[in-house]
Amino acid sequence: MAIFLNESSKVIVQGMTGSEGKKHTQRMLTSGTNIVGGVNPKKAGQSVDFDGGSVPVFGSVQEAIDATGADVSVVFVPPAGTKGAVIEAVDAGMPLVVVITEGVPVHDTAELFSYAQAKGTTRVIGPNCPGLISPGKSNAGIIPADITKGGRVGLVSKSGTLTYQMMYELRDFGFSSAVGIGGDPIIGTTHIDCLQAFQDDPETDAIVMIGEIGGDAEERAAAYIKDNVTKPVVGYVAGFTAPEGKTMGHAGAIVSGSSGTAQAKKEALEEVGVKVGKTPSETAQLMRDILQNL
Amino acid sequence: MEYQAKELFAKHDVPVTLGTVVEKAEDASAAAEALGGRVVVKAQVKIGGRGKAGGVKLAENPDEAVARANDILGMDIKGHTVHRVLLAPTADIAEEYYFSFLVDRANRNYLCIASIEGGVEIEEVARTNPDAVAKVAIDPQTGVDDAKAAEIVSATRFPAEVADEAKDVVKKLWDVFIKEDASLVEVNPLVRLGDGHLEALDGKVTLDENAEFRHEDHAKFEDKAAADPLEQQAKEKGLNYVKLDGSVGIIGNGAGLVMSTLDVVAYAGEAHSGVKPANFLDIGGGASAEVMANGLHIILGDPQVKSVFVNVFGGITACDEVANGIVHALELLGDEANKPLVVRLDGNNVEEGRRILNDANHPLVTLAETMDGGADRAAELAAQ
Repeated sequence: MAIFLNESSKVIVQGMTGSEGKKHTQRMLTSGTNIVGGVNPKKAGQSVDFDGGSVPVFGSVQEAIDATGADVSVVFVPPAGTKGAVIEAVDAGMPLVVVITEGVPVHDTAELFSYAQAKGTTRVIGPNCPGLISPGKSNAGIIPADITKGGRVGLVSKSGTLTYQMMYELRDFGFSSAVGIGGDPIIGTTHIDCLQAFQDDPETDAIVMIGEIGGDAEERAAAYIKDNVTKPVVGYVAGFTAPEGKTMGHAGAIVSGSSGTAQAKKEALEEVGVKVGKTPSETAQLMRDILQNL
Repeated sequence: MEYQAKELFAKHDVPVTLGTVVEKAEDASAAAEALGGRVVVKAQVKIGGRGKAGGVKLAENPDEAVARANDILGMDIKGHTVHRVLLAPTADIAEEYYFSFLVDRANRNYLCIASIEGGVEIEEVARTNPDAVAKVAIDPQTGVDDAKAAEIVSATRFPAEVADEAKDVVKKLWDVFIKEDASLVEVNPLVRLGDGHLEALDGKVTLDENAEFRHEDHAKFEDKAAADPLEQQAKEKGLNYVKLDGSVGIIGNGAGLVMSTLDVVAYAGEAHSGVKPANFLDIGGGASAEVMANGLHIILGDPQVKSVFVNVFGGITACDEVANGIVHALELLGDEANKPLVVRLDGNNVEEGRRILNDANHPLVTLAETMDGGADRAAELAAQ
């Protein structure tokens, strides 16, 4: 099973012919992902050679879907073109769009998200995220595949490197899926979306949730866990010592009704029975204890 | 800063009086003269609460303007040094309102917050009189059209005599928000003048750095004089660095891991006379020798730093490359590298990475097996 991504996923890459796109397409192929095409209107009809096979380039997402039945798109298109690329994928009815691109203007993300939501047929993950991996099955994004193995822990995290750190710490248990949702102010898939999917996934036994300062996504996730999640959840929050963020306008604080501090997030999680580690290693140990007693 | 916000307001025809910015007190005389003599002298810093801190003063004539500018220039307001003041003609204020547009993270759209009780902190109004604060959600697909502007004006309960003008001002402020790629546009106070017209008397605009590529004119708003010199230097090298006030320098890859490293060091520091992290520095996924050298150069430029903790997870970049980067960086820095370095590597090719560092046998470098252990060792070294 896993969530959002599995062995039958057919993946295309928007921006495959750029340097990052090419590098990570190779890495995804090496880790066993079924990459069925790339999209670049200027190079339609060509193909790109990778170690392990040649991948055709299509002129549009629609053409790629028509020709291959692709159901996942990974986006490496630079910030100026990201909104257009995602909207193209939404219009083509792509079920899952994973936006790796860092530095997308927040207005563009607000627009592409509300566009996808109005259509109702596309899940967006990111932007500014490492993507997701269902180890041994498929890898959509830039998460290193060889630091862990398949298993029964679900992981959702705002941070890329903390995702890798946790996957590595618990590599002897392994993961059903690990999802890096990204740390931008607006993201397409939230902690709650992933908690819900992991709760419903019969191949996931327990969940690690990693958050960080800013906004109130962790507080809302805590409320969600209380009412909807019966599987054990362990948490970690980064940013206890971070200074007051410059990007958080003070009018923003009254909207969320929370100051967005790590302390508040930790307390909210602990209040609903989620154990929160003081360090990533301690968090991994908490999960280890739970898994050994399942 | 206020005068910059006002420039953006004027660009989109929001009613505003620009006034004159001076950096030297003696220039205040001619500026005040040109503005009619009686002026308000206002500190220009990127922080609220200037009035309470004594950064806003009334001057009755040009001589007083010089004296007040002299008082305010060089002042420290919550850690921000005042490098310039704005001279603005005094306004005949009948009423003060609050108005803002912002990005609403929780609902993933835009939000307008407005109140007819302005001139004070909006958080205070929200606490004492929440009914006086109107919040109107805005769909990014449709934005603020005539109907939405009317909805906002009615929800805020602007007085009938200013309602039409308020709709117009709301639409112009929306232009500032959208066309300038702002994450926050705030006017406080938006005032009704004695003659019945509206004016943005003070304001704040937060621009989205990610959108700089389509706003070449935004570069001029960057305040190089007020920025920390190390932060400025890091920015020029393309590094993400934030200066803090502790003594353990931190280098890591990825924002989340670096934030976590600061926490773990502060946590370990509790057992070592309370030492704290000296900075946030994310060298990104790559961690090449050059980037590592640039990062170390900046951290070692901070005289408060007593030890450095390098915490890297080799995911995309394998640990052997990172280890080579560290060894090479230390060569590049030569004598400049004069503080103990604790290095923790984990992830891909970790054995090879550790072997490279062991073989290099640099006298300043200690290897740590774990992140928690490395943080403890770095804190201990900083406490000595």
